[in-house]
Amino acid sequence: MGEKKAILAPLPGIFYRRPGQDLPEYVQEGDVVKAGDTIGLIEVMKNFYEVKAEEDGIVAEFVVDNEGMVDAGQEIATLK
Amino acid sequence: MISVIKPGLQTTVQDKGRIGFYEIGMPPSGAMDKYAFTVANLLVGNHPNAAVLEITYLGPVLQFGKRMRISLAGGQIPPRINGQPVPMWTTLEVREGDELSFDFVQLGARVYLAVEGGIDVPLVMNSRSTYTLIGIGGYEGRALAAGDRLQLADMHEKEVAVGTQIDPRLIPAYSRSHEIRVVMGLCSYRLTDESKQTFLNTEWTVTPEANRTGYRHRGERLQFVEREQPFGAGSNPSNVTDLGYPIGSIQVPDGVEPIVLLHDAVTGGGYATIATVISADLDRMAQIKTNEKVRFVPVTLADALEARREVQARLSQVASAI
Repeated sequence: MGEKKAILAPLPGIFYRRPGQDLPEYVQEGDVVKAGDTIGLIEVMKNFYEVKAEEDGIVAEFVVDNEGMVDAGQEIATLK
Repeated sequence: MISVIKPGLQTTVQDKGRIGFYEIGMPPSGAMDKYAFTVANLLVGNHPNAAVLEITYLGPVLQFGKRMRISLAGGQIPPRINGQPVPMWTTLEVREGDELSFDFVQLGARVYLAVEGGIDVPLVMNSRSTYTLIGIGGYEGRALAAGDRLQLADMHEKEVAVGTQIDPRLIPAYSRSHEIRVVMGLCSYRLTDESKQTFLNTEWTVTPEANRTGYRHRGERLQFVEREQPFGAGSNPSNVTDLGYPIGSIQVPDGVEPIVLLHDAVTGGGYATIATVISADLDRMAQIKTNEKVRFVPVTLADALEARREVQARLSQVASAI
């Protein structure tokens, strides 16, 4: 087991796990992601910001629910 | 010249604002935190109305095309030059090819980047400020995008030595909960007495709808005094016959979610404005983030004017020490 790495929210706002209401989630727990892959969106000030994985890994857990509020610097998900 | 490698979330060119057109419906735009804006220009020796970059929440990555002095003032979005942390509220020097980037926002919401000479974009109605809602001013009327190239203006007035810092006591303290002073009115008579107290006693939470146009707050529902609506007013009890909206005025459409109107907002309309944020605290509003807590504290007009004089005195102290 490698060390878990956190993906942090760079801004405050509403976190979304899918790009649109009728679209599938970007990634599921257990999926392999590469650095630069989008794992969700944060909506603030009527802007949508793509949250990306900063390194390669496997999605261990989402700490924030879809449409949950996040603060800047808050952990959104962990990679292993 | 400055090249935009990454734009950040919403980075716009701003000066003091497009003053003098409010009565024709043109809001002033301009820097949201005038204190930080003014200090940033002072630290590079610029004319007080030189245009700067207003950076919100998420910083850009910028590359400088020549040696120049720069400064950063405002909320704590920690800056780095070529990856090395550099201080805010300080005169810095960058060389050709240097790259400015930022860490995640810590405290506050907006930081101002002043560059020697100011940012040069065409004047629109006497101002370089960006008003994105109608796409005028600033860089092509919009927030910066990757690949943009900013030209420098000639509004440099004074040599300021690299390493100049302001007195730490003149750096505002930023936090996550905020007491914002208001003068009650113009239409606070429309609220029930109980709801006036609720407005002042509630700890409001800033929603994700908080930007240069206004800040929306979630908390308690407010009730308006029942009446037969006058001619010209809308049918909702939160409506009045149209009036001008002061900058900083607070309206509560349908009694839910008070909105503080800010520098890019509509200049008038038909909602009762129940209180107005005092000018000295508009700078502090600019540094509030989504999810943070706000209490509105009532003061008299005399208190508001005194607070304005205090801010001016602090800026004079900064100016005289540089």
